[in-house]
Amino acid sequence: MTGTLLEVHGLEVDFVQYERGLRRRTVHALTGMDLTADAGEVVALVGASGAGKSLLASAVLGLLPANAVERGNVLFDGVRQDAAGRRRHAGRGMTLLPQATGFLDPLATVGRQVRRSAQLAGHDDPRGAAAQALARRGLGPEVLRRYPHELSGGMARRVLVAMATLSSPRVLLADEPTTGLPPADVGATLRELRTMADEGCAVVLITHELRAALEVADHVVICREGRTVDTADPAAFTGDGDALTHPFTRALWQALPGNGFRVAEGV
Amino acid sequence: MDLLTRAGQALAGRLVRLVLLLAAVATASFALMVHSPVDPVDAYVGGDIAAIGPEQRAQIAERWGLDDPPLERFATWLGNVAQGDLGRSLSFNQPVTEVIGERFLTSLALMATAWLLSGVFGFSLGVLAGMRQGRFTDRVVTWWAYTLASAPTFWVGLLLLYVFSVSLGWTPVCCAVPVGVLADDVTLLDRLHHLLLPALTLSVVGVAPVVLHTRYAVIEAMASDHVTFARAQGESTRGVVVHHVLRNAAAPAVLLQFASLGELFGGSVLAEQVFSYPGLGAATTTAALGQDVPLLLGIALFTTVFVFVGNQLGDLVHARLDPRVAQELGRARRPRWGRGEPGEPLLDPGPLAPERVGAR
Repeated sequence: MTGTLLEVHGLEVDFVQYERGLRRRTVHALTGMDLTADAGEVVALVGASGAGKSLLASAVLGLLPANAVERGNVLFDGVRQDAAGRRRHAGRGMTLLPQATGFLDPLATVGRQVRRSAQLAGHDDPRGAAAQALARRGLGPEVLRRYPHELSGGMARRVLVAMATLSSPRVLLADEPTTGLPPADVGATLRELRTMADEGCAVVLITHELRAALEVADHVVICREGRTVDTADPAAFTGDGDALTHPFTRALWQALPGNGFRVAEGV
Repeated sequence: MDLLTRAGQALAGRLVRLVLLLAAVATASFALMVHSPVDPVDAYVGGDIAAIGPEQRAQIAERWGLDDPPLERFATWLGNVAQGDLGRSLSFNQPVTEVIGERFLTSLALMATAWLLSGVFGFSLGVLAGMRQGRFTDRVVTWWAYTLASAPTFWVGLLLLYVFSVSLGWTPVCCAVPVGVLADDVTLLDRLHHLLLPALTLSVVGVAPVVLHTRYAVIEAMASDHVTFARAQGESTRGVVVHHVLRNAAAPAVLLQFASLGELFGGSVLAEQVFSYPGLGAATTTAALGQDVPLLLGIALFTTVFVFVGNQLGDLVHARLDPRVAQELGRARRPRWGRGEPGEPLLDPGPLAPERVGAR
């Protein structure tokens, strides 16, 4: 399995809001996102909070709210898809790995939720598939009866991974999958994403942790204030960052603790 | 065993609260009664007031202990109530307990039908409106709910009575059973026929809040992160509602529906009056108009139990639907009643422990 699975060209997203009364206001949330992910690749999308990283994932899956207006092209498997078309591919080819425990239904047991994911993914034996998916991540059958609020952060994250990967997606949009995890779990999660890519999946790793992303990524896409500014090779993030061509990317690298902790002015 | 003892303790706790509540209600009602302008002797004698002289009045008052200080009278009354004797109803000429028992059974059919009707109907409409937020269906349902919420029960009752009983002649104008038919000849169908319109009227009281709260809960659930995740896995809108929203929206609706039993009873007073339906609500009106103090006090106590039980059931069902509530209830109660295992310390003293051992 090779070839480009996901292409995003000049994606823009506006939100139309109504302020008091009938005054309309348009918020430009994304102003030009470009991203390409091939089968077998991990592409890291790196940027500060509020740069529009998570919004890109929602837009790609066609899950934007009704007041959003989008422009630009999104191609899945070489075919241009509008928002409705992409929504049809959600769960069938593309899927989301969300970031936090809040993405689990607080009122349903873990077993119920994972079984439903297995059912949606078309498994003949949802019960067996669910138990197996959890067991693969070191979660025993006792976890099936628990509610999300009875899980630790790390366990909840493993449940989310189990749910997202049950459909064997070809494109996985992982939204901050490592934020707040202890270092050992960060490594395990990143390794799992790497393995999925090696098996032919295109993984988009959305994160603000540049250093963690560099460990597994094939490309690093840097975004800032709703637009992508640079695509860099992870190997270029070394030393003083002289191999990095874009000034913002270099500034981002140099701002990391251990690289001088410098805050560049005017970039 | 552990579970049984905990359930028993919870039950005991609730019973204690009920007894405290009843004591408070009894005190307040008795105080109101003492200070009300109703003269018990006048109320008892009724139209024959002119036929008895002041000596006879004084005799009755003395016999009933009306000249005793209020505190003493309260103690006597409370003692009787504790033994299950609520006195004798003047307007029905029956013991109060019997009146309440009979009347409540008639009302129960009415209130239960109205309660189920408003619950099921309100929840379905709320889900429908929430699913189609901002669209035509939602606007119609919301508009309808606001209209009902602001319409008085008795007015809706009169309107329904005029349309269905008077103009169309589909439903009977009054009562719980056909007039002039022997009690043994009354069929179940007759009873249902008479129940229909009052129950419909009464359900109007409860339906609007359920619709609006459910609608809001559905909108909130549809916009939640776990629904986004479900959609990302290919869940359709119908699937989202069935698998990820219904349960979340049911919890507040159930709580609201159980908590509304007081309003339901209040509504039944009006609805039963409009339809001349001989239930507890109509008995309350009769007792109030006839200055029937024993019956009024009895109904006040009975309503307290009724509403209290409703709220407790609501708590239980809500906790059943939302496991987080059950956990919170357990956690909040433990320190207050000083039972169960001690809670975990807020800060784990783990890292400090070895040093302390070493220091010794």
